[in-house]
Amino acid sequence: MSKESLNLTLKVWRQKGSKDKGKFETYKLKEVSTHASFLEMMDVLNEQLITDNKEPVAFDHDCREGICGMCSMYINGRAHGPQRGTTTCQLHMRHFEDGETITIEPWRAKPFPVLKDLVVDRSAFDEIQRAGGYVSINTGNAPDGNAVPIAKKDADEAFNAAACIGCGACVAACKNASAMLFVSAKVSQFALLPQGQPERKERVGKMVAKMDELGFGNCTNTGACEAECPKGISISNIARMNREYLGAMLGPGN
Amino acid sequence: MKLDSKIPAGPITDKWTKFKSTVRLVSPANKRKLDIIVVGTGLAGASAAASLAELGYKVKAFCFQDSPRRAHSIAAQGGINAAKNYQNDGDSTYRLFYDTVKGGDYRAREANVYRLAEVSASIIDQCVAQGVPFARDYGGLLDNRSFGGTQVSRTFYARGQTGQQLLLGAYSALNRQIEKGQVEMLSRHEMVEVVMIDGKARGIIARNLITGELERHSAHAVVIASGGYGNVFYLSTNAMGSNVTAAWKAHKQGAYFGNPCFTQIHPTCLPQSGEYQSKLTLMSESLRNDGRVWVPKHKADAEAIQQGKKVASDLPEEARDYFLERKYPAFGNLVPRDVASRASKDVCDEGRGVAPTGLAVFLDFRDSINRLGQDVISARYGNLFEMYEKITGDNPYKTPMKIYPAVHYTMGGLWVDYNLMTTVPGLYAIGEANFSEHGANRLGASALMQGLADGYFVLPYTIGDYLADEIATGKIDTNQEAFVAAEKAVADRYKQFMSIGGKQSPESFHRRLGKIMWEYCGMARSEEGLTKAIGLIQDLRKEFWSDLRLSGSIDEFNPELDKAMRVADFIELGELMVRDALNRNESCGGHFRLESQTEEGEAKRDDENYAYVSAWEYKGENAEPVLHKENLEFEVVKLTQRSYK
Repeated sequence: MSKESLNLTLKVWRQKGSKDKGKFETYKLKEVSTHASFLEMMDVLNEQLITDNKEPVAFDHDCREGICGMCSMYINGRAHGPQRGTTTCQLHMRHFEDGETITIEPWRAKPFPVLKDLVVDRSAFDEIQRAGGYVSINTGNAPDGNAVPIAKKDADEAFNAAACIGCGACVAACKNASAMLFVSAKVSQFALLPQGQPERKERVGKMVAKMDELGFGNCTNTGACEAECPKGISISNIARMNREYLGAMLGPGN
Repeated sequence: MKLDSKIPAGPITDKWTKFKSTVRLVSPANKRKLDIIVVGTGLAGASAAASLAELGYKVKAFCFQDSPRRAHSIAAQGGINAAKNYQNDGDSTYRLFYDTVKGGDYRAREANVYRLAEVSASIIDQCVAQGVPFARDYGGLLDNRSFGGTQVSRTFYARGQTGQQLLLGAYSALNRQIEKGQVEMLSRHEMVEVVMIDGKARGIIARNLITGELERHSAHAVVIASGGYGNVFYLSTNAMGSNVTAAWKAHKQGAYFGNPCFTQIHPTCLPQSGEYQSKLTLMSESLRNDGRVWVPKHKADAEAIQQGKKVASDLPEEARDYFLERKYPAFGNLVPRDVASRASKDVCDEGRGVAPTGLAVFLDFRDSINRLGQDVISARYGNLFEMYEKITGDNPYKTPMKIYPAVHYTMGGLWVDYNLMTTVPGLYAIGEANFSEHGANRLGASALMQGLADGYFVLPYTIGDYLADEIATGKIDTNQEAFVAAEKAVADRYKQFMSIGGKQSPESFHRRLGKIMWEYCGMARSEEGLTKAIGLIQDLRKEFWSDLRLSGSIDEFNPELDKAMRVADFIELGELMVRDALNRNESCGGHFRLESQTEEGEAKRDDENYAYVSAWEYKGENAEPVLHKENLEFEVVKLTQRSYK
């Protein structure tokens, strides 16, 4: 049986606002349960800071079950920390060592400015989705759900792409701050389904243009995005998006 | 004020059709002149905002998260019900209606439930058309699974992430309208007051959570879609930010609160492991399709397991008690949530629970894995098994899961009429925020159905009935006295929070409130306990207002200050829930009064005295709330004691 509690040193990025300069602060935390989640460890730190009359650390979080995509910490140099396929909220302290120093930073990417401490502004992701991440259908227009059969293989693959939680780890992990994995997941979902066909070419063009406009970098195939994605979104979606994009730009009927 | 539920006349099968063909309409030219505020962007809020915008109304949508896609609907795992009868197993609108009324223990309004069942099929069509990747079988058609409390397979799903996929569908529809300029989206904004003018809801005060600034927003109608209030228990399956503030502010401005004590305790959640615990994680109820629930037959075995001296696999078949299958042979592991939760509590109370705390039961997949193979189980529940292993460090393919009931959903909420309007003219409540169609207990996979039914197919019709009278109103000026006064009242409250200068954090008060609620207003409630709880909550409230500690300032990003407002509202709501539980001296659905049980210990309903919706009216800071009753009339379904045996 491993140790039930840990003594930790935390180096946490503190930044008052988007225009302020930030810096690391060091905190000691004693007897953290190995069963606690990483964010529960942060809660304990904040309670301690409040008791000491200091300002608690601001961080984004909500569902704490790995699906809302709101939590976003860079832990020991990795997006969402050391465990593969895991969001920060589902990372548990049993994966850390007693006496360890843990460095905690916000996502760092130009299109994701820091708002405070570990909180960044990811509204650029919403803007990309607004540019074309939908099927243009009004409520009430839909045919019967079984009117068009969809091969299970395609439906499953579309689901795999659609499982993206929009957390931004891919951008944070990429040395170019590229959003290609995020954008390609949505482009792929619709490219694989019959519902997505009418707007297929227009969609990829608009979403890629918006992504470029917002200052995200290019993809240079390092694969960091796929390695750090907590939901295992495949880099093959980027290849698909590149084909879709070429087809849209070069092909007829655009 | 007399409650008027505005149920249309005529046979139940015709009410909605007739309503739709006779309700007043607003012409396209006039819709452009009408503003609607939607608070919350979960399934109900996002689908309503998108659909209303498609119709031509000018919509402003608000969410406290950084993006509308984060709303907690996203975490729903299991599925969404619809009376499609694709499986040819005898399902119909009537059966879905009947199951929902029965599942809710006959405390829901028949006409609303029938409408819900009627529109359910359209929801699936709508979502498929949006590109929601539902599970399909090898022929390419939509797949279904069964769920607790029903005997047909009517649940549509997208692996264990149905809520996520449905919400992203609604989010995409919302995005399309934002791009068109029909919806203005305000993220990281929290509604902190409803503004009333001449007895009508005319707008809101919202706090910009980044700058701390208070903003005035006017509209011809305000829609509350802010979800449920399960976080009043502190530990629940809700997201950390889920709160009652928007609904509670509406209540204090005159909207009656319906059935506040009706809380759903979900049977399959991960047990609490320590004091630091911030939330409880749900394991989808769909697991009960293939998992068998059991505890040791003998207390001695249970104690050995609690102390780590034995493990599940040490116990032979004859030493196990599959108590749901034993007590409820007809439904077995698939009994409704309230029944399963209470049965689990009972065996743990007998000392036969299995975690170190003694507060857990096994959910075992051994037999299903032997029968179907690990691959099939993995395809059905793979992500849930992974999630379980991540949190607990145990592998459920090898050893049974340990589960325990946790607060999951609140059937109560703002009282609404058939049009989904609260008792405040122009103020609507949809989705989990209203007291809704689930009566005293909600069936699995019905929350997603109701949220989307309200947003896509009900509110867009019913809201026209009110707005038809607003076409001449014109733009509502936010410099009016009512807006100025409302903003000042909110600003004063924030100042008050900051000025207390005590010693305890908002979180610590929240935790203590949760303990009181779970102890006295949780799975079993009694007159004695509830009476005690009122005093405890009142004391806690006094302590909160005299010993709260906050850091930082008002005019900045200050999550602790936001939390203080939410906790203050939860404390007030908690007291109302306890009062409602005290008033309802019967057991029904999720509400179990120790004074009202059968000889076998099952819930005993009292239709003669309690076949009504409690609708509470707010009377002021220190005044007792006043109870109004909406008597429930059952014209179609015959009231019987619920039995799943």
